[in-house]
Amino acid sequence: MKRLLINKIVLALSTISAIIGLSFLAWILITLFIKGLSSFHFSLFVTDLINNGLRNLIIGQFILAGFASIIGIPLGMIAGIYIREYGRGRYANLIRNLSDIMMSAPSIVIGAFVYAIIVVPTGHTSGFAGSIALAIMMIPIVISTTDSMLSLVPKELREAGIALGASKYRVILDIVIKAAKVGIMTGILLAFARIVGETAPLLFTSQTSNYFSLDMTHAFPSLSVSIYDLASDVQTSSRDLAWAASFILTAMVLIINLTGKFITRNKK
Amino acid sequence: MLVMNIEKFSFTYPGAEAPSLKNITLPIEKNKITSLIGPSGCGKSTLLRSMNRIHDLYPGNTYDGKIDLLNETTGEYDDILAIKKENDFIQLRQKVGMIFQKPTPFPMSIFDNVAYGLKISGIKNKTELKDRVEEALKGSALWKEVHDRLNKSAMGLSGGQQQRLCIARAVAVKPEVLLFDEPTSALDPISTSAIEELIVELRNDISIAIVTHNMQQASRISDYTAFMYLGDLIEFDKTEHIFLNPKEQQTEDYITGRFG
Repeated sequence: MKRLLINKIVLALSTISAIIGLSFLAWILITLFIKGLSSFHFSLFVTDLINNGLRNLIIGQFILAGFASIIGIPLGMIAGIYIREYGRGRYANLIRNLSDIMMSAPSIVIGAFVYAIIVVPTGHTSGFAGSIALAIMMIPIVISTTDSMLSLVPKELREAGIALGASKYRVILDIVIKAAKVGIMTGILLAFARIVGETAPLLFTSQTSNYFSLDMTHAFPSLSVSIYDLASDVQTSSRDLAWAASFILTAMVLIINLTGKFITRNKK
Repeated sequence: MLVMNIEKFSFTYPGAEAPSLKNITLPIEKNKITSLIGPSGCGKSTLLRSMNRIHDLYPGNTYDGKIDLLNETTGEYDDILAIKKENDFIQLRQKVGMIFQKPTPFPMSIFDNVAYGLKISGIKNKTELKDRVEEALKGSALWKEVHDRLNKSAMGLSGGQQQRLCIARAVAVKPEVLLFDEPTSALDPISTSAIEELIVELRNDISIAIVTHNMQQASRISDYTAFMYLGDLIEFDKTEHIFLNPKEQQTEDYITGRFG
């Protein structure tokens, strides 16, 4: 009897916790949806912020995150491959631990770091600085995904490649990475989703701009930073625009995340 | 004629105090099937994995003694334990292929699986690749089942087909020796007998060493049998001698099922 009772209590407690946790998420999403949708209009996608649109910000955000991916994905993947396939003992573990610590580094600290090493010497904020800050956030995530996905590839597959006379790097390139491809791709997509909504690393690196721009050497339009600016604006219309922007940003992140989940599910 | 000759060979894993193989002397006859039997942990897989130096994937092993491999062009024997250069390892493994317990198809098409070793060894000509792949698949009794879906993923094949694909892949590079590490222990009886037939057929072109837990399998297909126990080679002889009148008491106990 006692066991059954304890079982019931634990079940009830965990159900309540799940409901509390999820209801906050639902609350956030519903608020975003209602407030965002009331100020949402498709014209937001065709005009720039200077004309009360979001076009330049959305494009800018993707360029910032895209450029960060160009730096972060190859570096992270190669580092992940090194740790799992080549690194031995202490050094590999050191890099793995450092990378894990980096992953939990506060994003504002990364922003401050890039501010100190790029913005201060060059004298002004720039899209490059923003992308580099995002790349620094992205690298440890990609390292950790690559590392753990490669660890799932059975060692027999590596041995089979070696036994055919392939050299180690060929086995890694031709066989191991192919076997882990879907997992690594999903991880990269989730890493992208993670950085595409970031504000703190961009706040004093890329800042934002009211105008459309492709010039990465100067302040660069960013959706998340503009949300921060608009939300603290005195005008109601600006705050409404911030809600619409938040809604769009959340939808973007959600779609990328769901795509990642979809890819993994289709693999099985 | 011997294709390989193992002489006074000892092997120690990194960090281990005692050697896993002690002073093994074992001849591998050309175009014959030699099976290695013995209870788990007796060192038969360790010995097999020394014959293509795949142990070297994990550094820190200690080898002692000699493992000679016949050089078909010169007719002389080279000690494979002397190999140090990456290039020589690659050549060794193209001469001495290996099939594993679990089928290990690569995550690519059936054609690409079989062509992989050929491409590695530098064959680029499309027609030659096609011919060699077809020849290997026919030689592995898989052609009929897969000829119309060569471009499909190899992961879609059944376990037995995957294992025959792995054999085709190994045969395609025309090795002199093939090492089988319990090739049928993950397969059902029908797939097992298909693989056994295949191994017997391969003997015409390739010398074979096979590790097996299945004594019926050893007696069915092999010409020579070596019984190993706790890192020692207890007895080596023609298969019928080992199974009908073994000289050593331990061999008799094992094959009659009194221990192991």
